[in-house]
Formats: sequence, structure tokens, C-alpha cells
Amino acid sequence: MAEQNMENQQKLVHTFGALAELGSEIVQKQSFQEMMRTSLHLLLGSLAIMRGGVARYSRFGHELNMLVLRGLGEEFPLNLSLCYEDERQFLANGLYPIEVSQAKALPFFQIYDVSFEKKHIELLIPLVIRDELVGVVILGEKANGEPYSTYDKDIICAMCRHIGVGIIQRNLMAELERRAEENRKLYEELKTTYADTVKAFAAAIDCKDKYTEGHSVRVGKYSEIIARELGYSENEVEGVAVAGYLHDVGKLTVERNIINAPYRINAKESAELNKHPSVGYEILLPIQHPYTDVPLAAKYHHERLDGRGYPEGLMDNEIPYIAKIVNLADSFDAMTTDRPYKRRRPANEVIEDLQRNSGKQFAPELVTAFLNGMLKELTGENKNKRFRRLLGREYMEVEGLIPLLKKVLNDINATTGLTLVGMD
Amino acid sequence: VNIDKGITVQITGEIATIFAGDYLNKLSGEAIERECKRQIKAGAKKLIVNFAQTEIVNSIGVSILLGIIDAASECGAEVVFSEVKEETKELFEMLGLTNHVSIV
Repeated sequence: MAEQNMENQQKLVHTFGALAELGSEIVQKQSFQEMMRTSLHLLLGSLAIMRGGVARYSRFGHELNMLVLRGLGEEFPLNLSLCYEDERQFLANGLYPIEVSQAKALPFFQIYDVSFEKKHIELLIPLVIRDELVGVVILGEKANGEPYSTYDKDIICAMCRHIGVGIIQRNLMAELERRAEENRKLYEELKTTYADTVKAFAAAIDCKDKYTEGHSVRVGKYSEIIARELGYSENEVEGVAVAGYLHDVGKLTVERNIINAPYRINAKESAELNKHPSVGYEILLPIQHPYTDVPLAAKYHHERLDGRGYPEGLMDNEIPYIAKIVNLADSFDAMTTDRPYKRRRPANEVIEDLQRNSGKQFAPELVTAFLNGMLKELTGENKNKRFRRLLGREYMEVEGLIPLLKKVLNDINATTGLTLVGMD
Repeated sequence: VNIDKGITVQITGEIATIFAGDYLNKLSGEAIERECKRQIKAGAKKLIVNFAQTEIVNSIGVSILLGIIDAASECGAEVVFSEVKEETKELFEMLGLTNHVSIV
């Protein structure tokens, strides 16, 4: 009697040890597969069960997918199809072991009975958690050859509940991941739609002016180059590019004959044209842009550091940074494209102009960033042929451009305390 | 002597002795089971699992040992447990592992 009590006590310590370990296993942050492997070990080892497996129920595929198995051999089916009747009976049974003699009545068992009998499966435990079938545990014979006692079944139920919770946790996590991925895709689609809309707008703006066709698109691209050279994040680069694409949106309200005038426009016409930054701001302000400074870029892209710009004559620090970037990109494009009253200027002249106006119209660090981008492309440090594509190969490959760029960069850097460029 | 992930195995003819160490009670103990199966496949007729360095055996350890017993029985190999602590021996007897292995 005393010996029997001692054995029961030892059994309790062993099985409760397994139960406690299983509980902590489920809450630990490890891989799901490892968690399931450990859980099956603990379940089999707690009562010395020779073999078994854990399957997750797929409601969509109506099948049990084996997650882990031990001692069931390579021939054991990894996916077991269920029908509605199987699911109904499992749910009706709840989380309690079904003896193999009872399980024979289940439609699915009749399909797989050979596999079950071959491996001496004795118990099937539907993992029913919160009235939902999340999986099934199958167990073979015990090492001592004895049938499962009520005590054994209670222990198995407690452990299977933990396993079921582990599966449901994983299912919820997978669902969350799926939704997050769906949201990410939706966001990407929205971003693409936004980018397409912006480009369509840019094309519409440029349509008004036959001489500056493609101007907004180019300003967007030059602005992007500057932002990249400044080391902006991908999101910030996109924002700056959008600001470039839309900077002239206010021109949509300016009369076509003023925009397309094949002569220097008079003061009245000039005053009309100069309204376009403020009008652009008014157009862009009510739009929910993913990038906040886009309307400001439109409003202030004709401001100058020395206060001689318009519409407000702001000084250096008063001008939004994004507007300074767009201003440089806009001016560069104006100098490098043919206008009704002026041919485009050669690259060396444009570079010297940027240097001359650095600190007056343009922020020196922006001129440096822009010319650095150009230099990197010409020296082959940057394989991306952005300038060549926008300006033409011949325009960019004139003799002496690389030494000029280096000299100009060093001159600007020397006066602003920025890093010097190697002159070799 | 074959060392795989810290598992020591001694081979004498058709007898392979695997030292369980303190690996048995963790998921990493599956390496012992894999090594035993490898030895059986290589022709070992007798597997001796040595518990000299094993203080206690938990449920994971029991499950891994059952896997070894099952694999050995399928191939007709004998499994022997050696240098088992008294407490562990009682556990093996209580769980019925001794129906399948002899303890020396």
C-alpha cells in the first residue's frame, strides 16, 4: 500500500512537472514548430506514450495537417481530410479523448483506419478551444502496455488544452500577419495611385506650355537627385520629388498666351504669372498629401536666399527647405532647356551660374549636393545615368566638365566650410 | 569515439554506447535519438545508453528514450540503460520503460 502511494506520488510529480513545463513552453517566444515539438515530447513523455502526433485543423481545406509526429513512420498521412460530420462530432465531443473503438464511427477514420491500426493508435483528442476545432492530437499505446486510465485521460486533456491554446495563438498571429501584409499592399497601391495622379497632374501642367514640355517632371527628378544626395530617407525623397512634380500647379490658372508668349512678357503679364505660386499653394493645401510640405514648396519655390524672390520676399531661414530644393531644380531646368526667347545654355555656363548664385539665390549645400550628384555620374561613381537621360548625352559629355565641377565644388566648399573634393 | 554536437559515442563491434549527458531533457536531446538511429542503421545490434552524467530525466527525456526504444525494436536491436541513478530507475519502472529495456 505504502509502495503504491509512493509510486502514485512519483507519477504525480512527473506528470505535473510536464504540465508546468508545457504551460511555460506555450508562452515562450520561440518558433511555433519548436513549441509543438517540445509540447509533443512533454505529452508523450509524461505518461510514456510510445507514439503520437499533433495536427492543426484547416477550416478552409477541411483537413488535419500534421504539425509534428513521433513514432508514426514515414508512411503515415500528413494531411487527413475531414468532412462536416467529422467536424460536427469532434465539436460535440469537446476536448476529451475519443477511444479508437468509438472513433471508428467517424467517416474520416474509415479512410485512414489502416494507418491508425498499423501504428496502434488508441486515442484521438479533438482540440476544441472556445467551441472551435483547432486541431487533433493522436496517441498510440503506453510503454507499460496498460490501457489509459481516467487519471491519464485527465492529464492528457489538461496538456492538450495547452497545445490547443498554442495553436490558436499561432492562428491569430498568422491572421494578424496576413492582415498587416494586406494593409501594406493596400498602402503600396495607394502610393502608386498617388504617384500616378501626381505625374498626370505634372503632365497636365506641362501641356499648357509647349516650350517647357516635361518641365514639371524634370524638376521632380532633379529635386529627387538633390534629396538623395542629401541622404534623405526613401519616403522623404518621394515627398521632395512630388513637390517638384507639382510646384507649378498654379500655372493651370494662368492664361495660355502669357505662359506661351514668344517674347519677354510685360509687367502686367508678369504680375499675372507671378501669382502662380500662391495659387498653387491654394490648390494643393486642401489635399491630404502623404508628405506635408508639398503645398509650401509650390508657394515658395520662387523665393531667394537674399530676399529678392517672390511672392513674399522671404529671407534664407524663412524659406521652407523643400522650397529651396525645388527652386534650385526649377532654375537648373530653366537654364538647361530652350525657351521661346532664349536658347538653352551650355553645361559649363550653367554650373558657373549656380556657383555665382550660391548663397544669393540658392543654398550652397544644395548646390554642392546637386553638383556632386552630377560629378558622381560623370566619373562613373554613380552608374545611374539620370542627368544624361534628362539633358542628353552630348550635352553632358562636353570636355572639361569634370575638372570644372571639381573646381566649383571646392570653391563653394572652401567658402562654406564643407568638405573638399579631390582634384586629381 | 564519435563526437557530434557534444554527444559522445563509443563503438565496440556491434555495440554502441551513447552517453546521454545532460542533453536528454531538452529539445537538443533529439540529437541523441538521431545518433542512436544512425548507429542502428550502421549495423549496431546493441545500444547502451549511459546515464552516468544524467542527474534526472524529465518528460522530454522520456519521450526521446521512447523514440530510441521504438527505432531499435523496429530493427531488432537491443537497448540497455547503464549507470542509471536510483530515482531515474524507479521512474523508468513506473512508466514501463523497463518492459522494453534492461537496466545494468
